[in-house]
Amino acid sequence: MTQLDLIRNFSIVAHIDHGKSTLADRLIQLTGTVAERDMKAQMLDSMDIERERGITIKANTVRIDYPAKDGRTYVLNLIDTPGHVDFAYEVSRSMRAVEGSLLVVDASQGVEAQTLANVYHALDAGHEIVPVLNKIDLPAADPDRVKQNIEDVIGLDASDAIPISAKTGLGIPEVLEAIVARLPAPKGDRDAPLKAMLVDSWYDPYLGVVVMIRIMDGVVKKGDRIKMMQTGAVYGIDKLSVLKPQMVDIAELGPGEIGVFTASIKQVRDTRVGDTITTEKKGCETALPGFKPAQPVVFCGLFPVDANDFEALRDAIEKLALNDASFSTEMETSAALGFGFRCGFLGLLHLEVIRDRLEREYDLDLITTAPSVVYHLYMKDGTKQDLHNPADMPDLTYVDHIEEPRIKATIMVPDEYLGDVLKLCQDRRGIQLDLSYAGSRAMVVYDLPLNEVVFDFYDRLKSVTKGYASFDYVLTEYREDHLVKMSILVNEEPVDALSMMVHRDRAEGRGRAMVEKLKDLIPRHMFKIPIQAAIGGRVIARETLSAMRKDVTAKCYGGDATRKKKLLEKQKAGKKRMRQFGKVEIPQEAFISALKMDS
Amino acid sequence: MKLSASANPGPVEDWRQGGFGIYLHWPYCLAKCPYCDFNSHVASNVDQGVWAERYLSEIRRIGQETEGRVVNSVYFGGGTPSLMDGETVTAILNEIRATWPLANDCEITLEANPGAVELGRFAAYRDAGVDRISIGVQALNDLDLQRLGRLHDVTSALAAIRLARSLFGRVSFDLIYARQNQSLQDWQDELQQALDLEPDHLSLYQLTIEEGTVFARRHAAGHLKGLPEEDLSADMFDLTQERCEKAGLPAYEVSNHAREGQESRHNLIYWNAGDYAGIGPGAHGRLTLNGTRWATEAPRAPNTWLKAVEDLRSDQRTALSREDQAIEYVMMGLRTRKGLSMSRLNALGAGTFSPNRLSELQESGLLLVEDDRLRATDQGRILLNRVIAQLLGA
Ligand SMILES: Nc1nc2c(ncn2[C@@H]2O[C@H](COP(=O)(O)OP(=O)(O)O)[C@@H](O)[C@H]2O)c(=O)[nH]1
Ligand SMILES: C[S@@+](CC[C@H](N)C(=O)[O-])C[C@H]1O[C@@H](n2cnc3c(N)ncnc32)[C@H](O)[C@@H]1O
Ligand code: SF4
Ligand SMILES: [Mg+2]
Repeated sequence: MTQLDLIRNFSIVAHIDHGKSTLADRLIQLTGTVAERDMKAQMLDSMDIERERGITIKANTVRIDYPAKDGRTYVLNLIDTPGHVDFAYEVSRSMRAVEGSLLVVDASQGVEAQTLANVYHALDAGHEIVPVLNKIDLPAADPDRVKQNIEDVIGLDASDAIPISAKTGLGIPEVLEAIVARLPAPKGDRDAPLKAMLVDSWYDPYLGVVVMIRIMDGVVKKGDRIKMMQTGAVYGIDKLSVLKPQMVDIAELGPGEIGVFTASIKQVRDTRVGDTITTEKKGCETALPGFKPAQPVVFCGLFPVDANDFEALRDAIEKLALNDASFSTEMETSAALGFGFRCGFLGLLHLEVIRDRLEREYDLDLITTAPSVVYHLYMKDGTKQDLHNPADMPDLTYVDHIEEPRIKATIMVPDEYLGDVLKLCQDRRGIQLDLSYAGSRAMVVYDLPLNEVVFDFYDRLKSVTKGYASFDYVLTEYREDHLVKMSILVNEEPVDALSMMVHRDRAEGRGRAMVEKLKDLIPRHMFKIPIQAAIGGRVIARETLSAMRKDVTAKCYGGDATRKKKLLEKQKAGKKRMRQFGKVEIPQEAFISALKMDS
Repeated sequence: MKLSASANPGPVEDWRQGGFGIYLHWPYCLAKCPYCDFNSHVASNVDQGVWAERYLSEIRRIGQETEGRVVNSVYFGGGTPSLMDGETVTAILNEIRATWPLANDCEITLEANPGAVELGRFAAYRDAGVDRISIGVQALNDLDLQRLGRLHDVTSALAAIRLARSLFGRVSFDLIYARQNQSLQDWQDELQQALDLEPDHLSLYQLTIEEGTVFARRHAAGHLKGLPEEDLSADMFDLTQERCEKAGLPAYEVSNHAREGQESRHNLIYWNAGDYAGIGPGAHGRLTLNGTRWATEAPRAPNTWLKAVEDLRSDQRTALSREDQAIEYVMMGLRTRKGLSMSRLNALGAGTFSPNRLSELQESGLLLVEDDRLRATDQGRILLNRVIAQLLGA
């Protein structure tokens, strides 16, 4: 157990690519926490997808022993948090477990949207903040400008900001000293009953569920009988460890310390992040305030390309769900796509990550339907329903009004692109809340409907700003608007997988785009095929796929009988990837392209 | 050709309703045309004596297996069979006559390239017994002939037709249309020119980009520009039907047109699912032996084939099930104007296709059943690949 005044708990706050992971690597390396030969880049990003995309998805922790200049050895606990808005919830709860943050800003860039979003989480959690200017080795680095930028945009005193290069190691010793000198030590009472915060939990294939805790008061030891205050469940601690970053067993953990335990817990779902853990007997009286569980905000259907893979998909989804309580699933049947699952995600990145993992780790080929947000339907009979799937939209005559989720989006962009960004936000039914400048960068804040953002907003934003904009958002509220369900009909038959909720004023445009896309994707048939977008019974966009006119082999003699038969076999095999709608066959690929998320 | 009048010889001897033909493949050409995927090769010296010997030995071998059959047709195809010496053709036809009885109206065709036509050889072919010539004219436009990699020009093609007519009772020629940058009007004029020659038989093929050819590579690389889109190619096909019909040369098969009675009997054996012996490199055959119908295929490379014949391993055989036979009969038979016989198809075994699919296609006006015949309508023929796929459930 460590003395309180020798502990410092902190996280690192940064916009993506500003150097959070590299700095973490340097801290681990310089303190000899990991042997040189075991070092690898991005130590704390353990998932393939994290390393590949250079993003952090799961919070991760490392305990560092640091012999400081004052001659004493400190225990530093670093919680590395995800930077992406989808995982904002994970960020904010992790921050409750520590007392301070390093604010890392790329000295050649300045403050970006995620810097802001994350620093607000840190301020909310009452953190002491040490600004760090990274990448000063770059010729484009301008530490003075960026200091001013931090003061202007965040309103934080940056005069003591530490200039570093996480790449070369320059300034890292100063960072370590600042952690000790400028961040507060945790508080807590060793003699009080155990009170620990459940920070996170995950499933490990060898150990089962691993629970990460921060001790507030009291002491926990291996073998202790503990109680989860929210669920009331009681467990015996099998294994108690700290992360360095691999597990190292420890006899006990006291106030201010962070560690993990296992206790024969079956599923991640049996644990509640934010729950208070105490001893079974003589436990503490009051629980910590706790957190609301994260709610999925984006839903889509996942279907196997090959219907025979349905069971494999079910297994894979169950396994992933074990480890990710924020990912919800439910069986779905579609006339177009067969059996699959309707899944809920924290956002588009979360959706992509899960889909990627299903495809890669479980070797599945998937079709993803258009992402949809959750609408609140207020029915004429006074009841309220949540709508996760446009296909389930009840008849309008029963619906009084519909509310959709709105967000507050912050976009930072060089001023030359500002006009395009404003136009994009305006087109997406945005309401401007704020517009300010810091140097040549503008910061705009918009109130936007989330459903416009899940459509292809990121992509459009990226293309109109050549990638120079940064974007972040928080969900704000549900608000009524004129929303309708748009159906797509092919040869007069509705294609369930293609229906979507849209704003009345945007329906024509979206409908037109969809029918035009489908006209190119559906092969000609022997008859002409109307392709329509409709709201209720009213057609708002229409294209006609003309009939195929000619498909006949010119020459066919003795030797060609065999060849023709092989062709027929091939056609038969190709048919397996076709879906039948009345008389029309639509190739699987057409759905994949029509539904392709442009994000 | 006279087929046995008995209504239905039963599935075992089903082939009898299509007749029996002999196909001989000559694999050499003077140059390889860039669109051509036939088994054709360019070689500097070909020992025709050796080739004749091997053909004779194959004729004898297959003769033993098919003793007593009456031959309805012999066809020299290629490659460029008009590069064969008169003696080679004579020896082959003599051996055939010595092996099988020939039907009174047996048709003996030889494919000729205008560039390789020579009066002396043509006369020798006639003396050997060839009575029908099919000339590869391909285009009536010198620039297009060059683009097609042909060695002849329009003048020599017309000369070849004239010469052939003076020697043979039946002369046909081939044209390839839907060529690069060909407009509907261009084709209409060219077709008219062809019809003005008053042929009894015409093969009119739309240019097909075949896998593995020079054209295919150029096409994939985007260098073969100006090929017609589906609509123009359909218009060209429709125009062809209409003009030929008017000129008294209706299509008796997708790409083949003839005056009444002048149809190629040989090709009808293929389309009516008769038996045919395939002799020569890469030749395919269909032979019904002791109640089993075999698909035969000879090695493609000329030298490999010569060696294989010597070793008596000249073809690979695959047994065709009743179902395979029925499918082939549908695929081939629907290409003809007369279509196929439902009772013959049913005798091969029911269940080739479901009655539902048939009635759907009938309702759509693509197929027609009249008396015992199932055939494609005009609208169905131009979509035949789709119609067949749908009928057979692909
Ligand atoms: N030149 C330079 N590059 C750096 C420095 N720190 C990080 N990088 C690079 O910046 C990119 C993003 O760094 P990373 O640590 O993954 O950022 P994160 O997204 O905040 O975790 C990587 O290519 C790093 O190699 C630095 O001090 N100097
Ligand atoms: C066996 S081939 C060639 C016969 C002969 N060697 C000649 O070239 O004149 C028979 C006919 O098929 C046609 N043909 C060959 N390749 C073709 C293609 N790729 N597209 C359309 N017709 C083709 C030509 O009209 C050709 O005359
Ligand atoms: S088209 Fe005729 S001449 Fe040209 S390569 Fe083919 S077979 Fe030989
Ligand atoms: Mg990172």
